[in-house]
Amino acid sequence: MSGTPLLTLAIWIPIVAGLFVLATGSDRNAPRARMLSLVGAVAGLLVTIPLYTGFDLQTPAMQFVELKSWIPRFNINYHLGVDGISMLFVILNSFITVTVVLAGWQVIESRVAQYNAGFLIMSGLLNGIFSALDGALFYVFFEASLIPLYLIIGVWGGPNRVYAAFKFFLFTLLGSLLFLIALLYLFIESGGSFSILDWHQLPLAMTPQTWLFLAFLIAFAVKVPMWPVHTWLPDAHVEAPTGGSIVLAAIALKLGAYGFLRFSLPITPDAAHQLAGLVIALSLIAIIYIGFVALAQEDMKKLVAYSSIAHMGFVTLGFFIFSAMGIEGALVQMISHGFVSGAMFFSIGVMYDRAHSRQIADYGGVINRMPKFAAFFMLFAMANAGLPATSGFVGEFMVILAAVDHHFWVAFAAASTMVVGAAYTLWMYKRVIFGAVANHHVAELTDINRREFLIFVLFAVGVIGMGVYPQPFTEVMHSSVNELLRHVALSKIQ
Amino acid sequence: MTLAEMQFQMPDLRLASAEIFMLIMASFILLLDLLVKDRKRTLTFFATQATLVGTALVTFATTSGDVGYTFSNMYVGDLFSDLLKLLLYLTVIVVLFYSRAYILEREQMARGEYYTLALFATLGMMVMISANHFLTIYLGLELLSLSLYAMVAMNRDSVPATEAAMKYFVLGALASGLLLYGMSMIYGATGTLEISAVAERLYLGQADRTILIFGLVFLVSGIAFKLGVVPFHMWIPDVYHGAPTAVTLFIATAPKLAAFAIVIRMLVSGLIVLAKDWQAMLILLAVLSMAIGNIAAIGQTNLKRMLAYSAISHMGFMLLGLVTGVVGGDGRFALNAYSSAMFYVVTYVLTSAGTFGMILLLARGGLESDALDDFKGLNKRSPWFAGLMMMMMFSMAGIPFFVGFFAKFSVLQAVVAAGYLWLAIVAVFFSLIGCYYYLRVVKLMYFDEPLNTMPIQAPADMKILLSVNGLAVALLGIFPQTLMSLCAFSLLHSL
Repeated sequence: MSGTPLLTLAIWIPIVAGLFVLATGSDRNAPRARMLSLVGAVAGLLVTIPLYTGFDLQTPAMQFVELKSWIPRFNINYHLGVDGISMLFVILNSFITVTVVLAGWQVIESRVAQYNAGFLIMSGLLNGIFSALDGALFYVFFEASLIPLYLIIGVWGGPNRVYAAFKFFLFTLLGSLLFLIALLYLFIESGGSFSILDWHQLPLAMTPQTWLFLAFLIAFAVKVPMWPVHTWLPDAHVEAPTGGSIVLAAIALKLGAYGFLRFSLPITPDAAHQLAGLVIALSLIAIIYIGFVALAQEDMKKLVAYSSIAHMGFVTLGFFIFSAMGIEGALVQMISHGFVSGAMFFSIGVMYDRAHSRQIADYGGVINRMPKFAAFFMLFAMANAGLPATSGFVGEFMVILAAVDHHFWVAFAAASTMVVGAAYTLWMYKRVIFGAVANHHVAELTDINRREFLIFVLFAVGVIGMGVYPQPFTEVMHSSVNELLRHVALSKIQ
Repeated sequence: MTLAEMQFQMPDLRLASAEIFMLIMASFILLLDLLVKDRKRTLTFFATQATLVGTALVTFATTSGDVGYTFSNMYVGDLFSDLLKLLLYLTVIVVLFYSRAYILEREQMARGEYYTLALFATLGMMVMISANHFLTIYLGLELLSLSLYAMVAMNRDSVPATEAAMKYFVLGALASGLLLYGMSMIYGATGTLEISAVAERLYLGQADRTILIFGLVFLVSGIAFKLGVVPFHMWIPDVYHGAPTAVTLFIATAPKLAAFAIVIRMLVSGLIVLAKDWQAMLILLAVLSMAIGNIAAIGQTNLKRMLAYSAISHMGFMLLGLVTGVVGGDGRFALNAYSSAMFYVVTYVLTSAGTFGMILLLARGGLESDALDDFKGLNKRSPWFAGLMMMMMFSMAGIPFFVGFFAKFSVLQAVVAAGYLWLAIVAVFFSLIGCYYYLRVVKLMYFDEPLNTMPIQAPADMKILLSVNGLAVALLGIFPQTLMSLCAFSLLHSL
C-alpha cells in the first residue's frame, strides 16, 4: 500500500472539480462545463479503483486509513478508512457519478454548470459518508449531502418539485437530528471520543442501548426508506430529474442501510437483537405491502420508486437475521440495486426525454420504434424482477436462504413476493414496450443514440457481471462481515 | 475606612484607554462633521472607520493575559472583554460599510450624526463589555440604547421608522427600569453593586435569599428584553421591520455581543451562586423563544420580520449554552457551556451581518427590497450572491459545512453533557421547524423566476466585503477550531 491518501482524493477530487465547473458560469460555456464534469467524474472513479485492487481480503480491519486532527476542541478527527462493507460503495458511487454526468449530457440545457457541479459535489460528500470513521465527520457529510439533492430536485425537477424538495429535505433532517443527539450522547458516554471504532467497544446498559437504537432506527429508516416513513421517496423520485433519481436510488438509499451496519448493529448489539423482530416486521411490510402498491402505479417512475422500497426491504431483512449469508446477501442486493435501479430510472429518463411522459398509459409498442432500447430495458426489468443470472437474483436469493434458516414463515413471506416483483415489473414492461404502436408520440420515437448506448452498456456490464460471477463482490466482504457478526454476538451489557 | 485611607487614587487609565480614545474621537468627529461640505460625508465616513481601526489597535496593544480592575473596581479589562471588543469593532466596521450606500440614498440619514451615533453606541457597548459594576453596566446600556433610539428615528419622515423608534424607546425604557429595579434589590441584599463583591458576599452566604431571588427575576427580565427572548420579544419584529435596514443591521448584530457580555458579567461573574435559580428561568425563556420564534417566522412575508423572529429563536438557542453551566452545584461543565454560547453568539452575529447585508445589497434607488419576493430568482440575476445567501441561510438553519452547524453542535453537546437530553430534543425539534423558512428563502432564490431582472448594482467595497463575509461563514464551518478555542481561552482566563 502506498501512502497516497486515496479516500481523501475520492472525496475531494469531485468536490473541487465541482467548484471548477461552477466557475465556468453561464450556459454559454455549457460544453466546457460538461467536459470538465466528465473529467472530474472519471478522475474520481479512477482514484477509487486502487481501493479494490489494493484491498487486503484477509483482514476485517479498516484499510486505507487516514487520521488527522480536525477540531481538537471536541476531539473530532478527519478519520477515514474503508472495510469490506463500505469499500464497494465508494466505487459504486464514483461509477454512478460518471453515468449521471453522461445521462444529463444532451438533456440538461439550462444552468448546466450548476447541475453538474451539484452532482460532483454530492458524489464527494457521499464518498465521505461511506469512508468516515469519525461520528461527527460522518454526520457532517450525511447532512451536507442533503443540500445538493434538495437543489437538484427543486431546480431541475418536475411540476411539483418544490413540494418534493421540501418533503425530502425535512423528512431526512427529522431523522438525522435525533441521530445527532445520539452521537453527542455517545461522545459524552465514551469520555470524549467521536471515533466510531471506539464506540463499537463502548459498554452500554440496555436502556441507553434501546434509546440509541431507536434514534439510529429513525434516522436510517427515513433514509432507506422503510415503511412507514417512505412517503417522501416516491415524491422525490417522480419530481427529480433523471440524474437525481439515479443517484437517489443507487446511492442515497444505501446510506441508511449502511448506517445500520456501521452504527446500529455494532454499537447497540443487544438492542439490535431485542428489537430485530420490529425491523424484520417493518421489512416484510415493505416487501409485501409496497410490492402490491407498486402493482397499482400508473407512473413508471413511481412504480420503480415503490419497487426500490420493496427491494430495500430485503436489505434490512438480511441485516437483522444476523447470519453471514443474510448480511452478505443484503450487501449484494444493495450494490445490485444500485445498478438495476439506476438503469431503470435511466431507461425511463430515455423515454421521458423523447415523449415527455412517464405515464404507462401513454406508451405501447415502443419496441417497434426503439428495438435496441427495448432489449436493454428488458434486461434491467428482468434484473429488477430477480431473474437468475442477473445481479437482482443473487442478493434476494441469499437473503431468502438466510431467512429460511431464521424462520420459515419469514422466508416464505419474503420469497412469495418475488412473484409480485416479477408481476409489476413485467406487466409494466409489457404495457409499455409490446403491442402495436399506441399513438403518434410513440410513432415518433427514435432509438437510443451512442451516448445512451454507452450508458446502457455500463449498467448492463454491472448487472450481468454481478449476476453471473458475484465472487469478486462477495469475497471482499467476508472478513468484515464475519468480524461484524462476531462482534454483534457479544453482549455489551456489563 | 479611616480618613487616611480615603485618599484619592489615580485610576489606571491604561485599561480604559480604548474607551477614552473612542470618546475623544467620537466628539472630534462630531465637530469635524460641521466643517464637511461634501453631501456624501466621505471624510466623516472614513474618519469613523479610522477611529474604529484605531480603537482596535489600542485594544490590541493594551491586551494582557491578566485580569485588571480600575476606577475603584468598577471597570475590568480581561481577555474576554478584549476579544469581544475586537469582534465588536470588526462588526461595526462591516456594518458601516454595508450601510453606506443605503443611507446615501436617503436624504435625512445621510448626515454625519449617523456615524457619530454609531460610535457612541459602540462606546456604550464597550463599557457594557468591560463593566464590573452594575451601574457601569447600566451606564453603557443607556448610552447604547439612546444612540440606537435616535438611529432608528433618523429617517424621520418615514412613519414605520418613527413608530418603531417610539416602540423601541418605550419598551427599552421599561426594560431599563426593570433592570435598575433588579439591581437595587441586589444592592439591598448584598450592600454592594460591584460585581465581584456581590459574588463574594453571595458565596459567604451573607445575603437575604428572598430579596435576591426577587431581584434576580427583574434582572433576568431586563436581560431578556435586551436579548429579545420570549416573552420580552415583542419589540423585536416591529423594530427590525420598521427601522431603516441599515439600522436594523446594526441592531441585529453588534448589540448581541454586548448583551452576551452583560449576561456573563451579571449572571456568571456576579450571581453564579444563584445559578440554579436563573438557569431555571432561562430554560423557560429559551424553550419559549425557540418555539415562538421559529413558528412565527414561518408566517412572515417580509424578510426583515422573518429574520427578527429567527433572531428570537437564535437567542433562545444560545441561552441553552448558558443554562447548562452548573449542574447540581457542579461547575465542571461551565467553561464548556459558556464558551459554546459565546461561539454561538459570535457566529450568529457574523451570519446575521451577511444576511442583512444582502438585503441592503438588493435595496436600490431609495426602495427597500426586504420582501421575501424580492429574492425570487436571485440565482438568475447573480449566481454568486445567491450562492452566498444560500450559504448563510443553511448556516442559520444549522446545516453543515457552514458555521451555524458547529454553533448548534457545540451548544447541543453542552446540553447533552449536562444531562438535559430532553432539552436537546426540544431544541433540535424546533430547529427542524426553523429549517423550513430558511429553505423557503433558498427556494425563492433558486426555484423561482425573478420578478425583475435588473443586475445588482452596488459599490465594489460592499460586494467584496459581503463576499468575504459569506465565505467566512463557509470557511469557519470547515475550520471552526480557532474561533472555538479563542472563545474558550478568553473565558478561561477571565472568569
